[in-house]
Amino acid sequence: MSQGWLPVFTLATSLLVAPLILLLPERAGRARAVVNLAAAVLKLLLVALLVLGFYQGRDYTFGFTVVEGVSFLLQVDALGLMFAGLSSLLWLATTVYAIGYLEDSPNRKRFFGFFSLCVASTVGIALAGNLFTFLLFYELLTLSTYPLVVHRGHDKALAAGKVYLRYTLTGGLVLLLGVVALHALVGDVAFGQRERLADLGPEAHPMLSVLFLVLLLGLGVKAALVPLHGWLPRAMVAPAPVSALLHAVAVVKAGAFGIVRLVYDVYGISLVHELGLLTLLSVVATVTILYGSVKALSQQELKPRLAYSTVSQVSYIVLGISLFGPFGTIAGLVHLMHQGLMKVTLFYCAGNYAEELGIHRIEDLDGAGRRMPLTSMAFTVGALGMIGLPPIAGFITKWYLGMGAVQAGMPWVIGVIATSSLLNAAYFLPILHRLWFRQGRGRWPEERRLGRYETSAWLLLPTAATALFSILVGLLAGVPFSPLDLATFMATKEYLP
Amino acid sequence: MIERLGLSPATAPLEHQAALWVVLGLPLLLGALGAVVRPARTWPVVVAGMLPLLALGWLFAEVAGGAGRSAVTEFGPLTLHWRINGLTLLLLLLSGVIALASAIYAPAYLREDVEASSRGQAWFWPLLGLLSSSLMLIWLAADLLLLYIGLELMGLTAVGLMLLPGKAEALVAGLRYLLLALVGSLAFLLGVALLLGAWGRLDLAGLAEAAEPGAPLWVAVALLSGGLLLKAAAFPLHAWLAPVHASAWIPVSALHAGLVIKASFFIALQLWLLLVPAAALAAWAMGGLAGAAVIWGGVMAWRSVKLKEMVAWSTVSQLGYLLLAFPLLVGTGSAVADLAWQGTWLQLAAHGLAKAAMFLAAGNLILATGESRVEGLAGASRRFPISLLSFGMAAISLVGLPPSMGFTAKWLLLHAALAGGHWPWVAVLAVGTLLSAAYVFRIFRYCFIEDAPEYEFRRVPLGMDAIALLLALAALLLGLAAAWPVTLLRGAGGEP
Repeated sequence: MSQGWLPVFTLATSLLVAPLILLLPERAGRARAVVNLAAAVLKLLLVALLVLGFYQGRDYTFGFTVVEGVSFLLQVDALGLMFAGLSSLLWLATTVYAIGYLEDSPNRKRFFGFFSLCVASTVGIALAGNLFTFLLFYELLTLSTYPLVVHRGHDKALAAGKVYLRYTLTGGLVLLLGVVALHALVGDVAFGQRERLADLGPEAHPMLSVLFLVLLLGLGVKAALVPLHGWLPRAMVAPAPVSALLHAVAVVKAGAFGIVRLVYDVYGISLVHELGLLTLLSVVATVTILYGSVKALSQQELKPRLAYSTVSQVSYIVLGISLFGPFGTIAGLVHLMHQGLMKVTLFYCAGNYAEELGIHRIEDLDGAGRRMPLTSMAFTVGALGMIGLPPIAGFITKWYLGMGAVQAGMPWVIGVIATSSLLNAAYFLPILHRLWFRQGRGRWPEERRLGRYETSAWLLLPTAATALFSILVGLLAGVPFSPLDLATFMATKEYLP
Repeated sequence: MIERLGLSPATAPLEHQAALWVVLGLPLLLGALGAVVRPARTWPVVVAGMLPLLALGWLFAEVAGGAGRSAVTEFGPLTLHWRINGLTLLLLLLSGVIALASAIYAPAYLREDVEASSRGQAWFWPLLGLLSSSLMLIWLAADLLLLYIGLELMGLTAVGLMLLPGKAEALVAGLRYLLLALVGSLAFLLGVALLLGAWGRLDLAGLAEAAEPGAPLWVAVALLSGGLLLKAAAFPLHAWLAPVHASAWIPVSALHAGLVIKASFFIALQLWLLLVPAAALAAWAMGGLAGAAVIWGGVMAWRSVKLKEMVAWSTVSQLGYLLLAFPLLVGTGSAVADLAWQGTWLQLAAHGLAKAAMFLAAGNLILATGESRVEGLAGASRRFPISLLSFGMAAISLVGLPPSMGFTAKWLLLHAALAGGHWPWVAVLAVGTLLSAAYVFRIFRYCFIEDAPEYEFRRVPLGMDAIALLLALAALLLGLAAAWPVTLLRGAGGEP
């Protein structure tokens, strides 16, 4: 039975709450919080309902024709559900966080309104059933994040916004050209209809290769593949909750998610392999992973270091895709979720240090572990997870990547993972050392006592929760419904021949 | 093409010609009424403005389901030809909506804008009515005589409306516009005379059949297109546009940029498709002009100091997209032409709605800040969120980002260009997108400045904000509902 209304409702919870928030007066902070949190909880429930229904084999397709040959299509599959689940979980957490973070600052109405729109776009991206619908929400994401990036309204923020738009709008245009060209070639292709492109036969292969590169170029901008990553470190001027969401699920991840869709659901991994493009992907991913890590080493401020770490970590997804075989595929898919949880934790922590103690530079973190133990513990979890220590989520990814490399007959990839892990350690361990083992200087750059605990409970709660999740998805990776379980399901049932 | 334009000889006659006369006459009548009553409030205008839309509803019902209608009126020695098909209905509806929006916006605007002289105000309503009627006449006309009458009426009333502010710069710009409009009309008239002399008839369907390639035809088409493109502000004949808008009243600008210049484009495209349907080379030259218009208009919009100037230059740039219809429709295969046909009219509708919304929103912003320069908008996002939101949504459609109507139109045009392998036009569309994003987001950059000095600012009446918002919403959201206008274009126009 088709129940198309459910994905539409899921989308609508954040899409409709945005104008509602924009209509509420600036002063009505409490009402805004209630509306926003209610919508976030509702959305999480709806996604849970979708997951349940999906496992029972229900069909949730919703679609209509926009113009002949082009349709708006929402459909539910395992990959989309995973991404929708991540985004609605992190929406809730980040909304709680942002309420605490932005307390008493101006323009909160605008912030929360566009924040909801941004989440609506990510859910749209997750549930999109064809490239047209994907593109629609992909561009909407650009538009809804711009006001968030320039939120502070000072020169640096505005300049960062300009760079951000230059990159993303150009990327969007390239993507549009690729999608339209693909339409001109084969018509509307719903995700999962891989045989459509494969059936074109070998004479279409040069054209398909070119189109793949065009589409990859368009998606690579948001996925921050080197050399298209220039906007990301600059966008760090945005408030911490925005950076957290941008890095964990919204913009960067949307790009990576798009690449996953492109490879597995539009072209099909066999065709990409046949076209010989997997090697290219693995090279691009390797360069990005190593470049991002090296750049992260040289950053003296916390948020830029995390930003370059994102550049590097997101490409693990691409690296996993490029390893043709079950383990590589699983690693790439599961890292979509893992990196999101760990990175959002790290950004929450960075925000906590900045809000409570006014710390932006890494050298000022000396002794902060004693002053803010919970935040620092969360940070430690995130950092160790990024390095790949068991039992935190990141370990699972790296383990599967390594096995995938062996399986695909590309042992040099293990060298890449090892080098990258060493670099991860080199830029995270000094921070942990400062947090826990150095003596504080006695005074902080700008201390504010925000709450009864080490900082405001609004800030602390999401931080602790996402840190806990990062451990849980690693510890319980073998349990049904875990991200690893979902990824294994997708890899073995859907994506691999 | 004849079928697409609803001019095929097989078209059934319109049953009740009265519907036609009501649609044409009502705006005129209401305009005359407005001159007497001079509405100072919004709601009488809303109520009265619904009447032309109701009349349109009647016409829709008359044509419903069929493949278009034609009508012939004997008027003494003259024979007037009319046609109503899906395209006509779409354009009638578009002009009805935009004219209504401008009319609803006007009373509050005229009240708020202290410089609006009362003599100017008295002339506003009848001229508005006349302009709407002449637009309707152009969409419905199926012979060159009616087209000439409509064009002339439209041009003169537009000049009249532009002159209303009565200020020196408005007079200078308006008189220049008048001069150029007269030159354009003269060229058009010469072209018509040539055609009449060569083939002895003026009805479009008959001319399309009778016309044979040769020097007279080429000279006539060149004269007709030259005159029309001058009136449409097509590159390189666009220089008059920005100054005229800079000093005009906001509702007049909205109507002019949204509809008036489109009417000239509509006639020009129609004549090409009928008279020289295979002139691919000349059409490519038009494509070159389109590219130049997109780029030059975009660059000038990006460099504009004043807000209204930027909106006006963006019209020049956007008209370039429409001009791409020539190379994509003239002398191309039916698959390409089919896509381009839909894309062109969607683009026309999208730009009409978005540009009218943008002018109204810009008017609100200018009225609120009392500052016509772009820099005056510093900090606007906090102070005038609704006006800015309307402006932003209109901008999204202009740039052609989803889910706007501009996006769907661009998608279709891109698809047509790619399907036909016309790479230059793909490049034009791509460059146009980037340029329009550049000039639009330059405005937003100012709006998000936080440490702006606190200027004095006025509160704009809610109605003015609401009407801009509604138009912008239509431009933004109708992209996903494009199936309806496309069915209208195909269904009532007959399959090619």
